[in-house]
Amino acid sequence: MIRFIDVFKEYDNGTKALKGVNVRIDDGEFVFLVGPSGSGKSTLIKLITAEIAPTDGRVMVNGFNLNNITPRQVPRMRRTLGVIFQDFRLIEKKSVYDNLAFAMRAIGASNRELRRRIPYVLQLVGLDQKGDRFPGQLSGGEQQRVAIARALVNNPSMIIADEPTGNLDPQRSLEIMMLLERINELGTTVLVVTHEKNLVNRFTKRVVAIENGRIISDETGGYYNVEKV
Amino acid sequence: MSRKFNAGYYVSEGFHSIFTHGFMSFAAVCMIVACLIIMGSFTLLAVNLDNTLGDLENENEMLVYIDDALTQDQARALQPILSQIENVASLTFVTKQAALADFKARHSNDISVMDDLPDDALRDRYRVHVVDIEKMAQTKAALEQVPGVGDVQAATEIADGFVMVRNIATAVAMVLIGILMVVSLFIIANTIKLATFYRREEIAIMKMCGATDGFIEWPFVVEGMLLGLTGALIAFLGQWGLYQMVAKFAVQGNGLSLVHMISYGSMAPTILAVFCGVGVFIGVIGSLFAIRKFLQV
Repeated sequence: MIRFIDVFKEYDNGTKALKGVNVRIDDGEFVFLVGPSGSGKSTLIKLITAEIAPTDGRVMVNGFNLNNITPRQVPRMRRTLGVIFQDFRLIEKKSVYDNLAFAMRAIGASNRELRRRIPYVLQLVGLDQKGDRFPGQLSGGEQQRVAIARALVNNPSMIIADEPTGNLDPQRSLEIMMLLERINELGTTVLVVTHEKNLVNRFTKRVVAIENGRIISDETGGYYNVEKV
Repeated sequence: MSRKFNAGYYVSEGFHSIFTHGFMSFAAVCMIVACLIIMGSFTLLAVNLDNTLGDLENENEMLVYIDDALTQDQARALQPILSQIENVASLTFVTKQAALADFKARHSNDISVMDDLPDDALRDRYRVHVVDIEKMAQTKAALEQVPGVGDVQAATEIADGFVMVRNIATAVAMVLIGILMVVSLFIIANTIKLATFYRREEIAIMKMCGATDGFIEWPFVVEGMLLGLTGALIAFLGQWGLYQMVAKFAVQGNGLSLVHMISYGSMAPTILAVFCGVGVFIGVIGSLFAIRKFLQV
């Protein structure tokens, strides 16, 4: 669960990125976070992943109060999240299997746990036959599936996808979004940050719109309304 | 999932990283080798000068001449007084007859001069060895103060010269070792920082997955340790070759006949231990310096 209570964020250069944001995302939800460039989407994501701290207000993520989280607690909090990026951020010199193993080893998983979990996750994202391939040998859509598999492999309670379809064609984008929807149906909370109006509007999900550091709309079953955003 | 200290993983990652970033590893090892050999050379120079000074202390004796007015029994009675003087290690009484016999033996080619010398031509004397050659002048002065002592002969100039050379060499060695240590740390830190820079994406991914700083640091620490050890072993062998070459030159060159070089073999275990210790220290501290910046994600 994520809770933002009257959150403000001002950077050292004086930029006021968030101006009193209140939002709550419950376990099991699928939420689109939409808004133009510079609206505060990235700041919101960085606050969730504890890369930055709020200037004011309270941020709660999966039971951790990020206002007074200790450096030792940050890794434990991040283990409850799976993050997907627009540019995939795969390790080119590692195979698909090793990219996933790398993420599992990072939290101290044993080889037995790797052998049990990775094939299951690869099957879930439809890449069970491509574990020995390297990222450079895969299409953009497949690479994003690997990134999703990596985000899922440590069994997080929430997936945060930051523009996951930004580098993909419409058909691959739709496939990725359907995959995220399926993951949500399996019980994982999903937060997708996107610009893509058509894609958002194909799914009847909760849409949170942010502009100029403020939440301007929050509608379940809503649409990405150009006039509004 | 289990959260145990996975030493096998850290060592295998550390090893793997050395070969993955081969050129960086090669550069780091070369730097460690160069720094250790330069540091080692100066240290060995200081050690050898100190050793030569020790030899000089053993060989260099002072002659304490007893006043002619004293009988031989009175001269012998001075022994306990002289041996009480600070810095006197040992002393041997030599009668005037024994001294003359020794003198004649050393100048046996000049028979005509020797024949004319009377039995009491020389004086009774003590041969005195000192503990610390640096205090020779003070000891000489103290001996001269003893009633019954006629004169004291000591090669203080040679001793002072050696002490000065040894002290300068030691000071220069210490300063250079300090400077080189800092330079080595800086270079190793930058070399590993470069290797870490190539892997910043991996580190960022690990951090985002929830890896602890310790988990990320350990393979780099192992890598630094292995680079340090490799550099230390190569430097040890290189230093050996260099030392043998210099020792050979010292034996052949007449100018260096005063310097007695210690054999490398007798110092080898100490040199190896020091090189390994310094190499590992430089490697590990350099790694930690290098990675610290990339952990702030």
